Amino acid sequence: MNKIWIIAARELKTFFDSLTAYILLISFLGISGFFTWLFGSDIFYIGQASLEPFFAVAYWTLFFFTPALTMRMLAEENKTGTIELLLTKSVTDWQVLLGKFLACLMLIGIALALTLPYYFTVWSIGPIDHGAVWCGYLGLLLMSSAYISIGLFASSITSNQIVAFLLSLFIGLFFLIIFSVLSSSFTGFGGELFDYLSLQSHFDSISRGVVDSKDIIYFLSISFFGLILAETALAKRNIVD
Amino acid sequence: MSIVVENLSKSYGGQKAVDNISFQVNTGEILGFLGPNGAGKTTTMKIITSFMAPSSGDVKINGLSIQTEKENIKKKIGYLPENNPLYYDMPVLEYLGFTAALQGVVKNKINDKIAQMVFICGLDEEKHKKIGELSKGYRQRVGLAQAMIHNPEILILDEPTTGLDPNQIIEIRKLIRRIGKEKTVILSTHILPEVEATCDRILIINKGKIVADGTPETLRKQAQNNEVLKISISEASGLDEVIYSLQNLESVNMVDPLIDADTTLMVQSKAGFSSRKNIFQLCVDKHWVLTEMTPIETKLEDIFKELTTN
Repeated sequence: MNKIWIIAARELKTFFDSLTAYILLISFLGISGFFTWLFGSDIFYIGQASLEPFFAVAYWTLFFFTPALTMRMLAEENKTGTIELLLTKSVTDWQVLLGKFLACLMLIGIALALTLPYYFTVWSIGPIDHGAVWCGYLGLLLMSSAYISIGLFASSITSNQIVAFLLSLFIGLFFLIIFSVLSSSFTGFGGELFDYLSLQSHFDSISRGVVDSKDIIYFLSISFFGLILAETALAKRNIVD
Repeated sequence: MSIVVENLSKSYGGQKAVDNISFQVNTGEILGFLGPNGAGKTTTMKIITSFMAPSSGDVKINGLSIQTEKENIKKKIGYLPENNPLYYDMPVLEYLGFTAALQGVVKNKINDKIAQMVFICGLDEEKHKKIGELSKGYRQRVGLAQAMIHNPEILILDEPTTGLDPNQIIEIRKLIRRIGKEKTVILSTHILPEVEATCDRILIINKGKIVADGTPETLRKQAQNNEVLKISISEASGLDEVIYSLQNLESVNMVDPLIDADTTLMVQSKAGFSSRKNIFQLCVDKHWVLTEMTPIETKLEDIFKELTTN
């Protein structure tokens, strides 16, 4: 655990030492604030003390922002060769991956924590469903962790950051839209399967305040599966024959 | 701490980079790993440092196999990879701290270790800069510092002196020699004088196979059976007489006058014989003055060339 933390702390510091963290935080807050308070079906338009407009915006913005965080993670190490230096230290592949995963999750956690004033503001305006709000945040974190591990996998198989970014967007797109489209054009088992794979329904039910173990397992298994694939890509160096 | 490499092989897509090599390095020994580009030096080093698994064979560090004891072994090794990859966006001190923490240096010792490495590697003036802002030589020093920060018992250095200026090269070689007294060091290089200056033993590898193993002296002896002397004689009545007399010495195989000098000759002895005494005696008898007698050694370059070209 200590090693994971050392790696996570380094990565997080790198985010803040470069402009990455600030650009992400400012644009995330800007975009989500704009659509939550000022434009479209914002909070005032709905006329209820609810953070649902914010969750709907964050649902989309995180889809684009997470790959931007993860694309560098392993692709750059592959490109510069520092991966060799890192993996010959006394750490395991898993510790490296989990450290990087944790760093991304922490940065997204910071971004979400900075939106808490939205919550307090709405709370001061009218009666708000506190359970739904906290579940919404939980849903966003779970969704982010799924995107992060997809992003880490994409980053692990290439040494080109752009490829890593596009690939993780492409894989993410399946969970975001394509599975849901497919589920409506299939009936029976196929339809149910695609419906289960689609991210939207799981996120919606959590952000409505219904925490079902089925949804949590869904997000955790995507995260876990992504990390396993990334680990496999890292371990590939051992089996090239 | 000993390194034992047993029948190690590694192939990439059907091509054998390392082909069934075995050797051993003991504590206090500095092994120079030589070979042309693509001979398998770096691959062998990557396997010893547990970055890659071998296709077959094993490496044992103090009896621990890299197949099963990876994590324990990594703690004992300091590694400077080829091309010295570093995080350019990190300041030197922070990077050394990160490495020390990863290698399991106790928290309250980390600062001492960093200070020690900064001193040993001469990084004091540049320690607050980002690694990316440093010159190549200083980056190389950071690479060495990160390899040694946890006081490893084994040091694996892939071309440690590339990019350094001559003064730095001498310093780093001295450093390696000093470290090598109590640790086990494997270093690879293309610079042959470097091997002679720093290594106790040389291992030459070509196309994945070991083609020579021994001290620089034994390799030279193996390559050169016949003694060759360069001699100059003055006060002789004529060069022809000198050549004739030398040729008649029983230990001499061949006498060869150098084209551009009047009195200098190359004398090759018969296998297993030395002509030094005889030549000296001849000069005394004939009242000639021997102004030069230099044994010509086979250069390491020649041995290397002979062993690695077909």
